[in-house]
Amino acid sequence: MEQNKQKILIADDSEINRSILADMLGDEYEILEAENGVEAVTVMQKQGGELSLLLLDIVMPEMDGFGVLTVMNQNRWIEDIPVIMISAESSSSHVERAYELGVTDFISRPFDALIVHRRVVNTILLYTKQKKLINLVADQIYEKEQRSSLMIDILSHIVEFRNGESGMHVLHVRTLTELLLRELARRTDRYALTQADISLIGTASALHDIGKIAIPEEVLNKPGRLTDEEFAVMKTHTTVGAAMLENLPFHQDEPLVRTAYDICRWHHERYDGRGYPDGLKGDDIPISAQIVALADVYDALTSKRVYKPPFSHETAVAMILEGKCGSFNPLVLECLKDCADTLPEEMNNTTRDQRSQREMRSVVMEMQQHEELTASERTLQLLEHERMKYNFFAALTQELQFEFTLQPPLLTLSPWGAEKLGLAETVADPARNEKVRQIMDPENLQELADFLRSSTPGNPVVTYDFRMVFNGELRWFRIIARAIWSSDDQPRYTGTIGKAYDIHESRTRLDSLEKMASHDALTGLLNHASAKKRIEERLQSRPEGKCALAILDLDHFKQANDTYGHMFGDEVLRHMADRLRGSIRSGDIVARVGGDEFLIFLSYKGEPEPVIQRVYDELAGGSYQEFPISVSMGVATNETVGDDYDDLFHAADQALYSVKRDGRGHYRFYDGGMEKPLSMITPIESTGESAKAFVRTEEGRK
Amino acid sequence: MTLEGCYAAMGGDYADAIGRLRSERMIQKFVLKFPKDESFDLLCRSWESKNYQEAFRAAHTIKGICQNLSITRLGDSAARLTDALRGGWTPPADALVEEVRRDYRDTVEAIRGYEASQASPL
Repeated sequence: MEQNKQKILIADDSEINRSILADMLGDEYEILEAENGVEAVTVMQKQGGELSLLLLDIVMPEMDGFGVLTVMNQNRWIEDIPVIMISAESSSSHVERAYELGVTDFISRPFDALIVHRRVVNTILLYTKQKKLINLVADQIYEKEQRSSLMIDILSHIVEFRNGESGMHVLHVRTLTELLLRELARRTDRYALTQADISLIGTASALHDIGKIAIPEEVLNKPGRLTDEEFAVMKTHTTVGAAMLENLPFHQDEPLVRTAYDICRWHHERYDGRGYPDGLKGDDIPISAQIVALADVYDALTSKRVYKPPFSHETAVAMILEGKCGSFNPLVLECLKDCADTLPEEMNNTTRDQRSQREMRSVVMEMQQHEELTASERTLQLLEHERMKYNFFAALTQELQFEFTLQPPLLTLSPWGAEKLGLAETVADPARNEKVRQIMDPENLQELADFLRSSTPGNPVVTYDFRMVFNGELRWFRIIARAIWSSDDQPRYTGTIGKAYDIHESRTRLDSLEKMASHDALTGLLNHASAKKRIEERLQSRPEGKCALAILDLDHFKQANDTYGHMFGDEVLRHMADRLRGSIRSGDIVARVGGDEFLIFLSYKGEPEPVIQRVYDELAGGSYQEFPISVSMGVATNETVGDDYDDLFHAADQALYSVKRDGRGHYRFYDGGMEKPLSMITPIESTGESAKAFVRTEEGRK
Repeated sequence: MTLEGCYAAMGGDYADAIGRLRSERMIQKFVLKFPKDESFDLLCRSWESKNYQEAFRAAHTIKGICQNLSITRLGDSAARLTDALRGGWTPPADALVEEVRRDYRDTVEAIRGYEASQASPL
């Protein structure tokens, strides 16, 4: 018995007030309580159609009663959950606003226990009755749709399938039939066609070839010309189809069946009386059959068949108008002429999806005429089912699922996720919530919000990686979220749904892989490729800054290898790497280019000389164990060479080359400003201007 | 002390309460709960910290509870304070909050007295 009690939600910030109401109603109803608007909304989200009534206070913290009503209107809950407002605010403006927002009743404090009880009972009874009625009507509409659409589609496709036709034939005939009929109704009232008639004929047109079921396969799909006997058999599909409908054990008197009968039997009659099976003439042929006949011929002409290629739209129309494909009502031909221009487009647009969209639209329009049907009990049950499914799968996946609405700003988390984050399942105004801000960096939150807002209704999905505190630990997460856009002409961003999942392991592995890929294994310095990338970024981000690129190598390194072995050589390289790291400032970049060649990129103010001299002094001189450290270095600055990395590298390399030719053990600047060409250096090919390589012989201290 | 006597002591309207709520047991239960309600604490705290929006809400809640239980005197002073704080602080609020404090003390004192008389069977 207990679970059969109807549920009432009481939303009031005062515990005493809630208890008084609960005491009055608790014997007959199951009472749920909420101490503010956000809680009330949460309970409604969870309970869905289960709730029989809401008793609502106006003044409450977090979200007031009007806020709750606004949310209920947005979600259309107001249509299924009756609301009685109870408040000490009895000013008429409050009462009026409450009624405008859809409350069923307004009770002002202090209230009378008997009155509250009576009004609650009445309201719930009223809504229960209404829901039953809604179900009845909804069932009928549903059945009607079932009958008229689905079954006909299936039937007619069986025919098509056997017939080897395109599968679009029925659809095309239907579209064209409706187009022609609309045009005809516009031109004349001779046939007294209403919108309902047009729709009925359109639907019935799908059955025009139903009699072909009875035609033997060999005749039906014969590629060549039919013999006279075969043609006679073929012709019977009209009478057979008609007979099938006539002999239906029930429904013979339904308008749809009557119309389908006319179409089946007479869609091969000719206006001049020379058609089959009955040789009817002129308007003795029902207008439905006349129109379908034309539509059938047009689609046959423009489609590919076993015995012919498809004709173009223009050819097909011309052939029909010239009377090459039968004899038609001149008025109907006029209609064809009139809609000939838009026809191909209309036909192409009639994909299956659009067809069903069109049907959906007409169902929706029908629904809208019965406003009380918008969220029927059936819909709520389906929703309830979906919610159950969702909760079940959400609990299984160990993913954090969430939903966010902008108006009001409300974040709803899946139970598992809420628990792991240490948050409530519903969080009001999350951007300003202190706990949320501790879990996720507000900058990340803002960035995510910006991404979502800059998405589009056509492309609403956003992927975002960030770190947050999960289960008490800072971990990498990926959010995949879909922005929800309103369906207005100007779509508005209204919120988002999405999930977040842990990518910490793969992310950290990726980080270390990236590090491995960008660094030289022996020395731990950057490798050339990644150094180049970083330097190019630096050059682009600060084009006005002055910077220098130096390339250096160890003099006589080959001897170290030869004399003491490669192990020792490696040690020397590592030693150099340490010196390099020690000689630069934090913003500078050092890398191992390869072998015993290294690279330094640094920025400077004023003249480059002092910085380069200092760095050179720290690198060169002394020895590693028995091996004396002597360094050759070539330097290029962006002042002389420009901001292109390859130019800088090439110039520094040129300068280094000249140092080596010149006895090693010092450094030199590449200087394009000197006008004396140096023939021993290869000219730079990569720069467009005729810059030539020069060196300034500035001896570094040995 | 009877429940009626308690109502007289705190300036309430017992006849009205029993007329609406229809059960002495229920009125007794909620009157005894009244001192435990935190709205008054909330009013005092938010008043001290000059959070007048919160103070408004607390005064409003006190007003609602008093109206439900027909604790007329405190309900009336809470209603006046509510009106004075509706759009934020206004000058009369200072005096009105003192009124609410006084009436609240009297009300709780009356309820405590009643409670004590109920607790001892002698």
